[in-house]
Amino acid sequence: MRTVRFLLDKEFRQIFRNKTLLIIILMVPVVQLTILPLAANYEVKNIHLTVVNHDNSHYAQRLITKITASGYFQLTTLERSFEEAFESIESDRSDLVLEIPRHFERNLVRENHQKLFVAVNAINGVKAGLGAAYLNAIVRDYNQEIRHSWFQTTGFSQPPAIDVIPSNWYNPNMRYQLFMVPGILAILVTMVGGYLTALNIVKEKETGTIEQINVTPIRKHHFILGKLIPFWILGLVTFTMGLLVGWLVYGVMPVGSIVLLYLFAAVYLLPVLGLGLLISTYTDTQQQAMFVSFFFVMIFILMSGLFTSIESMPGWAQIISRLNPVTYFIDVMRMVVLKGSGLRDILPHIGAVVLFGIFFNIWAIINYKKTS
Amino acid sequence: MSTASQQFLTFVRKEFAHVLRDRKTLLILFGLPVVQIIIFGFALTNEVKNSRILIVDNARDEISAEIISKLEASRYFDLERGQHTNQQIGQVFKEGKIKLAVVFPADFSGALLHFNYAPLQVIADASDPNSANTLTNYLANIVSDYQLEKFGGQKIPLQIGTEVRMLYNPQLKGAHNFVPGVMALVLMLVCVMMTAVSIVREKELGTMEILLVSPFRPELVILSKAVPYLILSLVNVTSILLLSVFVLDLPVKGSLFLLFAESTLFIITCLSLGLFISVRAQTQQTAMLISLMGMLLPTLLFSGFMFPIENMPKILQYFSNAVPAKWYYIIVKAIMIKGLGFPAIWRETLILLGITIFFLTVTLKNFKIRLT
Repeated sequence: MRTVRFLLDKEFRQIFRNKTLLIIILMVPVVQLTILPLAANYEVKNIHLTVVNHDNSHYAQRLITKITASGYFQLTTLERSFEEAFESIESDRSDLVLEIPRHFERNLVRENHQKLFVAVNAINGVKAGLGAAYLNAIVRDYNQEIRHSWFQTTGFSQPPAIDVIPSNWYNPNMRYQLFMVPGILAILVTMVGGYLTALNIVKEKETGTIEQINVTPIRKHHFILGKLIPFWILGLVTFTMGLLVGWLVYGVMPVGSIVLLYLFAAVYLLPVLGLGLLISTYTDTQQQAMFVSFFFVMIFILMSGLFTSIESMPGWAQIISRLNPVTYFIDVMRMVVLKGSGLRDILPHIGAVVLFGIFFNIWAIINYKKTS
Repeated sequence: MSTASQQFLTFVRKEFAHVLRDRKTLLILFGLPVVQIIIFGFALTNEVKNSRILIVDNARDEISAEIISKLEASRYFDLERGQHTNQQIGQVFKEGKIKLAVVFPADFSGALLHFNYAPLQVIADASDPNSANTLTNYLANIVSDYQLEKFGGQKIPLQIGTEVRMLYNPQLKGAHNFVPGVMALVLMLVCVMMTAVSIVREKELGTMEILLVSPFRPELVILSKAVPYLILSLVNVTSILLLSVFVLDLPVKGSLFLLFAESTLFIITCLSLGLFISVRAQTQQTAMLISLMGMLLPTLLFSGFMFPIENMPKILQYFSNAVPAKWYYIIVKAIMIKGLGFPAIWRETLILLGITIFFLTVTLKNFKIRLT
């Protein structure tokens, strides 16, 4: 144990000596967590809409007013023909075109049925899907409105109606930031923990100081513990600062237990550090370590359910995302912070992360050789 | 051939030797884009499907059974039945598997048939606001379709239908959005990291001083550093395009030549940014931390392929203009998916050119040719 204490002393001195590094470690997560949730915003409120109105009737006018008043759409232009409207989609000035056919009102009253034409720029599937869904919902609402007044004026009896009453739990104002802050924090903790461990050990390899350590009586596990503990602590420091930023800047206060969050973060850092260690045993230069980390970080981020939902991925991709430790951390963060889930709810997550921790660390220790 | 250009070629050859010697890095350099395009092209969809929803059926009558079977038939939902009560919904949400709960009140059919009105409660776990919105919307659509079908015998007046066309990407595939996005992201990070590290490395190892005392012109020293990465990156562009055409089934609609020309410009932009970081940073670690931790998430977010830029606060929208990946992403989308020509993207091209010239000038100004 004494050996480990000396090694820790050395590591902390090296970390605190390098001021630029320290600033980057501490500032980058704080700055990113402050800014990025503002950017990662999918609240649909600014869909650019172009309307081609061939029917200058009262009904058409009311529909357009209703759509623009909903707050989801911004009327950018009114065009005379679909061709002109299409140009605005080509040049990215608008996302969605609504075409109201000629004699819309007259035919609606006479034939009881009319179609509106909607064309969506679907390159970005989410935006297209949501945009179309919102527009549909508004049209449905509008349809009920005019039908209702029609029934009242004509005195016919209404057909049976099922009224879907939606309610949104845990995030009634539908703030997207509430969803993103815990997720981005999870990514930042992962990056700090894994990436720094990998770089730190490889640096000793590259500068040759690792050989000096190898010829001392320091045991393999002493050296590894001495390397992992400082970054375990730094990871938790980042986590703490992240929680503070989330609270101060975004007002995100965990609904569930903070102790539980720390417990999970502490366990979660084990596989992350283990992975960093593993990368360092397979690489010889900092450059290589960085590229390998980059590779994994990219996959970890995009396959973690941070931005896109895991359920909609194909089966094999869901398996990959289950093999990704970050998935569990993001899940737990969102569950505990937003919904107040308890220990029992996240037990499966803890189990998975412990298994990953054992797996990566054992692999790394086996692969780390003192003699090479 | 003049001696200057001969010298330059010699240096380029030296740099190539450096790059090709490091097999591990090379493997990652070429493997990374391939793996990522495949994984993300197939795995990332923004579609919502197979979401697990909980049915609380307090009515157990004919109509509730019919609606449930409609929901079951939809590919958006995976139904979870069982003997849940209203009070248990919160606990089920906390376990995190269920996204939406549908509650049929007791005597659902009775209310509908006698009073012509029955409420259907839909509770969403809105910690993810978008999927909550989308799922509620899908559900409302299914229910209203059911009503039309069921009570269609009675004449329903004033029906407004919508006919939605998804332009460019009718199946809402993720690849249309992610291929251009990942292309921009990978090229940007690979180019910036490689160049940034390569010069700082010579500084750190002290070999830069040897180069500086040689009669060779210092500007050419840095430029020769960039040439191998330009060629490597063009190879990457080629392999990404081959994959997207033959594996992901995403053809290049516009001119291939134009796409390559624009890619070359973007690569040069990134290389010059990398050079800029390298003349400022003193150690490899700093250069890497800046180019990986500092740039990964911002590039991901501000290129606009994950989150719509127009949703961001104004100040971040201005900032996104400084991110070269944003412009390249727009260009690739225009050429590859929309099939547009140069007239549609000259402005973006000019901006990239401007950014490149800016970084190159600043780099050459900052490049210290004197020993300290």
